[in-house]
Amino acid sequence: MSRSFFAFLAGGIFGAGLLVSGMTDTAKVQGWLDIFGAWDPTLAFVMGGAILPMAIAWRLTIGRTPMLGGSFPAKPEIEFDRNLVLGSVLFGAGWGLSGLCPGPSIASLSYGGWPHILFFVAMVAGMIATPSLRRRLDTLVAER
Amino acid sequence: MPIDWIMGLIGGLMIGLGGAIYLLINGRIMGASGILGGLVDGSGKANGRERLAFVAGVFVVPTVIFLLTGPIDTHVTTNITVLIAAGLLVGVGTRLANGCTSGHGVCGISRFNLRGIVATVFYILAGGLTVVFFRHLLGVI
Repeated sequence: MSRSFFAFLAGGIFGAGLLVSGMTDTAKVQGWLDIFGAWDPTLAFVMGGAILPMAIAWRLTIGRTPMLGGSFPAKPEIEFDRNLVLGSVLFGAGWGLSGLCPGPSIASLSYGGWPHILFFVAMVAGMIATPSLRRRLDTLVAER
Repeated sequence: MPIDWIMGLIGGLMIGLGGAIYLLINGRIMGASGILGGLVDGSGKANGRERLAFVAGVFVVPTVIFLLTGPIDTHVTTNITVLIAAGLLVGVGTRLANGCTSGHGVCGISRFNLRGIVATVFYILAGGLTVVFFRHLLGVI
């Protein structure tokens, strides 16, 4: 129960932050990516603002456990794997095309109109298809 | 415009605060693609309620703000092909890379996690090149 409550609270503050910061405005995101156009630096302020409390939070995890029990996620091994790079390139292309990424896509579902709903449906379809795509990709590479 | 930068900073601090709560209280990394992805592909069944509650928060709170303040222009494209292609790319890409702007970007960089930094460099480069190519060369976005 309390896990769900704090998950809702965290999601709510995150969603409100996405709206307030302008990150559900696709023009601001594409404006930041468009270095050859009228460059919009807003996203850098958003990133900087978001990283600050998170960096403090990571410091606070040292020598502690989560308030609701369990353990903090271990820092992943440094590995420069194919899926990380390939996935990030595909994601970046979709992000640039639309100006939307997963968080803002959820946050703007109610007020973005049909284009945001269509994007969300396609994104979820892509997410559902990924486990089998990943398996196929892994066998393909293993066979070479 | 400077007011947009200030709103960006305030909103950014809120994004980070949400991530800090999810980490320190629930003990989890706030990554939108991972939380939603695990919910829709079935891999996150063990903590499905927590995931659903998070996604509900991300959806409900901006909706309430929208209902109180009125229409919000998102300047989104109405090109159906672009929307479907972009959605598929974002869905597949973030799940393949195990993270997006919130997980790899906000949570990864703030931990000096090399995976997050590498991912962020690649999706920003790909995003920048995509905008340049499709906006300035093809003129479709």
